[in-house]
Amino acid sequence: MGSVAHNYLRTSKMPHIWCPGCGNGIITQALLKAIDQLQLDPQKIVVVSGIGCSSRAPGYLDFNTLHTTHGRALAFATGVKHGNPDLTVIALTGDGDCAAIGGNHLIHACRRNIDITTVVFNNNVYGMTSGQFSPLTPVGSYATTAPYGNIDRSFDLCQLSQAAGASFVARSTTYHANHLKDMIVSALQNKGFSLVEAMTHCPTYFGRRNRIGGPVEMLKQQQEQGVTVQAAARMTPEELTGKYLIGELHNQPLPEFCEQYQQVIAKAGGAR
Amino acid sequence: MIKPILMQGNEACIAGALAAGMDFFAGYPITPSTEIAELAAERLPARQGRFIQMEDEIASMGAIIGASLTGRKAMTATSGPGFSLKQENIGYAAITEVPCVVVNVQRAGPSTGIPTAPAQGDVMQARWGTHGDHPVIALSPSSVAETFDLTFRCFNLAERFRTPVILLLDEIVGHMREAIVLPAVETLELVHRLRPSGDPAKYIPYDAPLGASAPMADFGSGYPYHVTGLTHDREGFTTAKPSEVEFLIRRLASKIEMNLEEILQWEELQVEDADILLVAYGATARSARAAMKQARGKGIKVGLFRPMTIWPFPEEALRQVAIGKQVIVPEMNLGQLALEIERVVHKDITTVTQVDGEPLKPDKILAAIYNLAGTGKGV
Ligand SMILES: Cc1ncc(C[n+]2csc(CCOP(=O)(O)OP(=O)(O)O)c2C)c(N)n1
Repeated sequence: MGSVAHNYLRTSKMPHIWCPGCGNGIITQALLKAIDQLQLDPQKIVVVSGIGCSSRAPGYLDFNTLHTTHGRALAFATGVKHGNPDLTVIALTGDGDCAAIGGNHLIHACRRNIDITTVVFNNNVYGMTSGQFSPLTPVGSYATTAPYGNIDRSFDLCQLSQAAGASFVARSTTYHANHLKDMIVSALQNKGFSLVEAMTHCPTYFGRRNRIGGPVEMLKQQQEQGVTVQAAARMTPEELTGKYLIGELHNQPLPEFCEQYQQVIAKAGGAR
Repeated sequence: MIKPILMQGNEACIAGALAAGMDFFAGYPITPSTEIAELAAERLPARQGRFIQMEDEIASMGAIIGASLTGRKAMTATSGPGFSLKQENIGYAAITEVPCVVVNVQRAGPSTGIPTAPAQGDVMQARWGTHGDHPVIALSPSSVAETFDLTFRCFNLAERFRTPVILLLDEIVGHMREAIVLPAVETLELVHRLRPSGDPAKYIPYDAPLGASAPMADFGSGYPYHVTGLTHDREGFTTAKPSEVEFLIRRLASKIEMNLEEILQWEELQVEDADILLVAYGATARSARAAMKQARGKGIKVGLFRPMTIWPFPEEALRQVAIGKQVIVPEMNLGQLALEIERVVHKDITTVTQVDGEPLKPDKILAAIYNLAGTGKGV
């Protein structure tokens, strides 16, 4: 028996474009399992993405799907959600798509706390354009445009989103696939802007150049580096160097944009 | 008795949009278009519509496309620098065939230019601003009343042809106040996009012959489908197959080319006996009309050809009218539409250009008329 994910795939559009060993399929599966667990109505789901390897995911998903321009997924998604607040709007985006060219849209979507669940496929690199550094590439890593090592400091996307006003923020990894699914479930349940940073691996353009190894070694690295919030609470700062937190990092219900707009309509005298 | 009301061009734009059924607006403030966003913020919620101020013009353009995909009639309004920012997503709307209206109240450029000064420097940008071959419809009104009419028409054309439609206003018409009589609502003919009916399994979202587009489903209405800015096949999925790519690009262009009679609109004033033909649009057409009257008072036979549809350009009509006439093209730019007009009439033309941030006044056009009439070249 196949995964429940199969029920939501446009199998006729396979094979997908992703390289062997890519982590994008694991994240996509986690998303579909979360949708299945919550029994969301597929007809009411809109999946929006930008441009990049990861942003190709919606093409394989049997929902209303919108593959937009580079960095702009959240701008389009905002129009979809505000246009019809009854829809479940999910944005899939890469680390470059979301944090570089789309960074402005990200912070403003967080600030509005509009009910969109964003899953960031963070492979630490620009995959589609073959390996340039992104705002989430660690300092010292190598990329085609950082042949001597990256000197640009990277964002902590979760802290950034929390500071910008997102009401739910979580991180997980492709190694912790079930945990990732759980984080997406919680994100979908939050009525407001939710961001899940999914650490994933790009053996082709990141693992090889940085001598981490293939997909297996990269997954092992996620296992070692990803520390749950609970475990981290019992660890010393020294023990935590080189690690990152996974789990629910922020969950604070806040007024949601479209609900607030209902009040604008009422004040303007437009309420039926 | 229908009482005329005093209205600003930008307000007439909103009034026309609301009459056409606009129920979504996303924008970002910029002079001289800001009144449009302000009025949208005020009036839309009062009729269950939705307004949002986005973080920039790129986002505004994305948001109206997203909203249109949920079935809304959506508009954004901007000016010069903002129009430049919207270009990538205008191309997205063109290739994905998402109806929407983009208002550009032209101001002096390039770059920040003179934010409060009029210009017509975005005429070619309206045609070719986004990359790649793509269909374009752009309308340009000359008065406050016409701003109402043409904004209304923008929505109808967008819905009819599933394409972004640009309203090229200019600072003069946008900020001018005139007394207008709004048409009675029941006289207005609203166009709504075709939507699919029947078996969702059989819905093919981009299945249309040349000159047409397929019915468009609202997201959430039970016809899930894929939308992408990549070249796509009839089902909406990415393709690089030359025959499918070519069919798509040619079909997009043919939606306009094969339906010119429905799209083209122009006005001819006193052209029958004219020796000299003025070709002018937007605010400049007002000066051209004044110059024409004064010249006629002096016995010089001048006519006016005024395109309200700028793109596609009403070439056949102008070609006929221009036969045997000397052509003068006044514009608040260095001669942009003049290039197209020269191509169409296929002879030397006289341009009257202005790029100092001031309106192009009748005197300047009159001087060009006297110059031509005085020398009697070819008259
Ligand atoms: C406006 C624009 N600039 C640049 C590009 C080229 N481009 C396509 S994908 C991409 C980066 C993708 O990286 P990321 O978002 O990290 O996604 P990944 O491919 O790694 O999944 C770039 C720069 C583009 N398509 N559009």
